[in-house]
Amino acid sequence: MKLSINGQPHDVDVPEDMPVLWVLRDVLGMTGTKYGCGIAQCGACTIHLDGQAVRSCMLPAGAVGTAVITTIEAVGNSPIGSKVQKAWLDTEVVQCGYCQSGQIMAATALLEQTPKPTDTEINAAMAGNICRCGTYVRIRAAIHQAAEA
Amino acid sequence: MTYHRRDILRTGLFAGGGLLLGFTMPLFGSRMAKAGQTDITGPSPSAFIRIGTDDTITLIMPDTECGQGIWTSSAMLIAEELEVAMAQVTLMPAPPNAAFYTSPALGEQATGGSTSTIGDWTRLREAGARARIMLIQAAANTWHVDPATCRAQAGMVHHEASKRSATYGQLAEAANALPVPGKVVLKEPADWELIGTSQKRLDTPAKVNGTAIYGIDVQIPGMKIGTVAASPVLGGKLRGINEAAARAVPGVRDVVTLDNAVAVIGDHFWAAKQGLAAANPQWDDGPNAQVNTHAIIQALADATKNPGAVARDDNDAPGKIAGAKTKVEAVYQLPFLSHAPMEPINTTLHIRPDGADLWVGTQVPVRAQKAIADAAGLKPEQVVVHNHIMGGAFGRRLDVDSIEQAGKIAKSLGYPVKLIWTREEDISHDLYRPFYYDRMAAGLDADGKILGWTHKTGGSSVMARWLPVGMKGELDPDAVEAATETPYDLPAIKVEYVRHESPGVTTAWWRGVGPTHNVFMVETFMDECAAAAGQDPIAFRRTLLQKNPRALAVLNLAAEKSGWGEKLPPGIGRGVSLQYAFASFLAHILEVEVSQRGEIKLRKATVAIDCGQRVNPDTIAAQIEGGLIFGLSMAMYSDITHENGRVQQSNFNNYRNLRIDEAPDIKVFQIDSHEHPGGIGETGTAAASAALGNAIFAATGKRLRKLPFGAGALQNA
Repeated sequence: MKLSINGQPHDVDVPEDMPVLWVLRDVLGMTGTKYGCGIAQCGACTIHLDGQAVRSCMLPAGAVGTAVITTIEAVGNSPIGSKVQKAWLDTEVVQCGYCQSGQIMAATALLEQTPKPTDTEINAAMAGNICRCGTYVRIRAAIHQAAEA
Repeated sequence: MTYHRRDILRTGLFAGGGLLLGFTMPLFGSRMAKAGQTDITGPSPSAFIRIGTDDTITLIMPDTECGQGIWTSSAMLIAEELEVAMAQVTLMPAPPNAAFYTSPALGEQATGGSTSTIGDWTRLREAGARARIMLIQAAANTWHVDPATCRAQAGMVHHEASKRSATYGQLAEAANALPVPGKVVLKEPADWELIGTSQKRLDTPAKVNGTAIYGIDVQIPGMKIGTVAASPVLGGKLRGINEAAARAVPGVRDVVTLDNAVAVIGDHFWAAKQGLAAANPQWDDGPNAQVNTHAIIQALADATKNPGAVARDDNDAPGKIAGAKTKVEAVYQLPFLSHAPMEPINTTLHIRPDGADLWVGTQVPVRAQKAIADAAGLKPEQVVVHNHIMGGAFGRRLDVDSIEQAGKIAKSLGYPVKLIWTREEDISHDLYRPFYYDRMAAGLDADGKILGWTHKTGGSSVMARWLPVGMKGELDPDAVEAATETPYDLPAIKVEYVRHESPGVTTAWWRGVGPTHNVFMVETFMDECAAAAGQDPIAFRRTLLQKNPRALAVLNLAAEKSGWGEKLPPGIGRGVSLQYAFASFLAHILEVEVSQRGEIKLRKATVAIDCGQRVNPDTIAAQIEGGLIFGLSMAMYSDITHENGRVQQSNFNNYRNLRIDEAPDIKVFQIDSHEHPGGIGETGTAAASAALGNAIFAATGKRLRKLPFGAGALQNA
C-alpha cells in the first residue's frame, strides 16, 4: 500500500491491520514516534493525519488511504511546529523526553486549530498525553509562548 | 589508591560505538597512570575528557541520563574548570568500568539515590582542573614560558605577552605525555562562569525533533524484533505454547521458550505481538498462585505486632508515651507501586561465540554487562555495553532482571534481536516499591508538646536483595531513612523495622526510596499530633526546629510564599510537608479543593528548597516540579494489587496517571546556599503525599491513612 508520510510517498508491504506506529518505527525506521501503551491511553504515538492529532498505535495502516501523515521528524517544517519546538526548548520543557514527540504533535495540532488557547483549552487538548516526568506546568507555559510567538 | 594501566579503548568507547572515527584521537591521558605514580587523588582526567586533534571535546558522563538533567550539570562541572564553553562539548555515556566510574557516594558505578551531583561535585571539577593544568603546561613547554603567564579560555591556551595561542586539540598530544597533577586548587565561587547558572540542557534539542535514540529506538543491521510474556504469577512455569500457530503468523521468525517465559521474534513488533497472542502460552502458576492483597496486608499487620530491628532508641520513648496526658496513635499503609516509565522495558542484544553487544538504557552498566556475560558464558570485557538515554527510569532501570531474561533468550539466536516488553508486561512484571505498614505513636503533655515518639515500619527489604552488604544485620537502613533522622528535635524517639517479605512479589527501588515512604509517615503523623494539640501545623513544627535553622528557613519561606494562615473558602485546604532528605531541605505546601462528592482538585503547590550549592537552578526547579507531580500522581492514584497471584494492573487505563488537566500550578523558591550540594532527583517526590493528605484533612476534617487518596478514598472515609 502507498502511504504519504512527511510529503514523501512510501510503498509498504504490511498487513492492513498493522498500526501505523509500527509501520513508521519498524518498517520505515522512523523512530521519533514512540510506543508507550498501545491502547491510545498515553499519546506518545501521536501523529497528524491530514493535520489532526491521531494516536498511531491504534490507526490501522489500511485505514489511512490517501490521507497525509506528518510525524515529529517533519513537524518542524511548519511555522507552528517550529514555534512549538522553539518554545519547548526556551522553557526547558523536556526531561526524559520520551513523551515529548507526542506532546509536540498534540500541541501543534491544537495551535493549528486554536491559535490562542486558554489554559482550559490546553488542558482539554493535551489531557491525552501522559508525562511521567511531570512536565505539565512547563508544557502549558510553552504552548502559551508558542501561541504568542 | 593505585590506578592500573588499562586501555580504555577496549572497554567499549570505540568498539561498536562508531562514535569517534575519522580523525586522530589521541586519548588525552590514554594511559591511566605511569608505574609508580600513585599519588593521584582521583581518576586521571582521561576517564572523563577526550580531546581530538580536530578540537572536538568529548566529556564522558559517569552518570546515566533519564531526564533528571545530570548530563548537563556534570558537563558544567567539568567545563567550569577545563575552561571550555558548553557549546564546545559533546557528551558520551561512560562504559562499564568500576575502576574509573564508581560513584564515591554509592560505592558502585550506578546512578541513583539522588547522589550524582553529590558524588560528582569534587571529582569532576578536579578532572577538569587537572586537564586544564596539563594543557597549559603543554603550551608553556612549547613556547618556553612560565605556565603562570598562560591563560586557558574557551578551549584555547593564550600567552598574552607573546600573543601566542593554541587550541586544546593542538596541545592534546603533548599534554598527554605529561604527569597528571595530584592535588589541584579549584576556582573560587566568585570566579564561576557556569556553576550556579541555568545553562540550557545539552540533550534536549534532539528530544524535540525525533532524533534522540532511546534504547527502544536502536536499529542494528540484521536485527529482528521480539516481545516476551513471562509467567503472570512470580515463580510460575510455562506449561506449553501453540508454537505452530505462532510461526504461522506472517513475519514471525523465531519462538524461544524459557522455563518461565516465551518470546516470539519477527520482522517487526506487530508480527511478534500477533505471534505471541497466537502462541497462547499456558502456565503452571506454582506456589504463589493464591497470593492476594488482602492476605498480604493481613500478614504485614500481624508481623508488625512483633518487635523489629531497632534503628534508634533514645530516652525511652515508649515509657514517655505511656505516661503522657494525650496519646496519639495511627497505622498507615502504602501500597506496592509500579514504575511505569514512558519507555517500556526493552533490551537489544547480539550474542556471538566471541563476544556480545548490548544496547539498553540502564542505570547500572556494570551489572548489565555482567548479566549478559553470565547468560552468554562470556567474560564481562567481551560484552560491549551501548548505554542509551532512558525514557524515564525512576529506579526501574537499577535492576537487570529484564536484561538477564534477554540474555537467556538471545543466546540461542545468531542475530541481533530487540526484545520489547509490552506496557502490559512492563506493569505486571515490574519489581515493585514495597508495601509498607507502619505503626506510629506519640505522647503529648498538657501543652501539646511531644514527649515521646515511636515509629515501627514493616515491609520488604529492597536492600537485602539489591545490595546485601548494605544491611546492618536485620535492619535495612533504607526502610528507616527519614524516620530515624527527622528534621525535628524530638526528646524521645524509637524507630524499628520489621522485615517482612510478601511471597510472590519482588521489590525494588522506586523514586524517593526511603524518604518517599517515611516523609509521608512522619509528616502525616506530625500533622495528627498538631491536631491533637489543637495547634496550627506549621506553628507546631516550628517549636521542634529550633536546632535546625535550614529546615526552619525552608518552612518559613514556603509558609510566606503560599500565604499560609489566610482564611480559605469552604472546601479548600492547605497541607504542609517538611523534609530533610537526600541531603536537601524542602518544605511543600499544597492547596486542594475537595468537592461535596469527595473529588479532589489539586490547586497549587508552593515549594521552598535548600539543596546547598546549586549547579543549575533551572534543572533544580524542573526536578522539583516534575518530582512533585510524579509523587502527586502516585498519591492520588497508584495502587498495585494482587489476586490469584497476578498483578491486577496492566496499562494506563487501570494504572492511572495524573494528566495535565489535573496538575496544580507549582512555584519553587530556591535558597541561595553555599553548603555542599544536596540531591534533587527524588526530593520533590518524597514531599508529595503527606502534603496531599494534610491538605485533604484541612479541607474536610477527614484523615486518610492509606494511599492512594484520589480513587474514591474520601467517599469511603
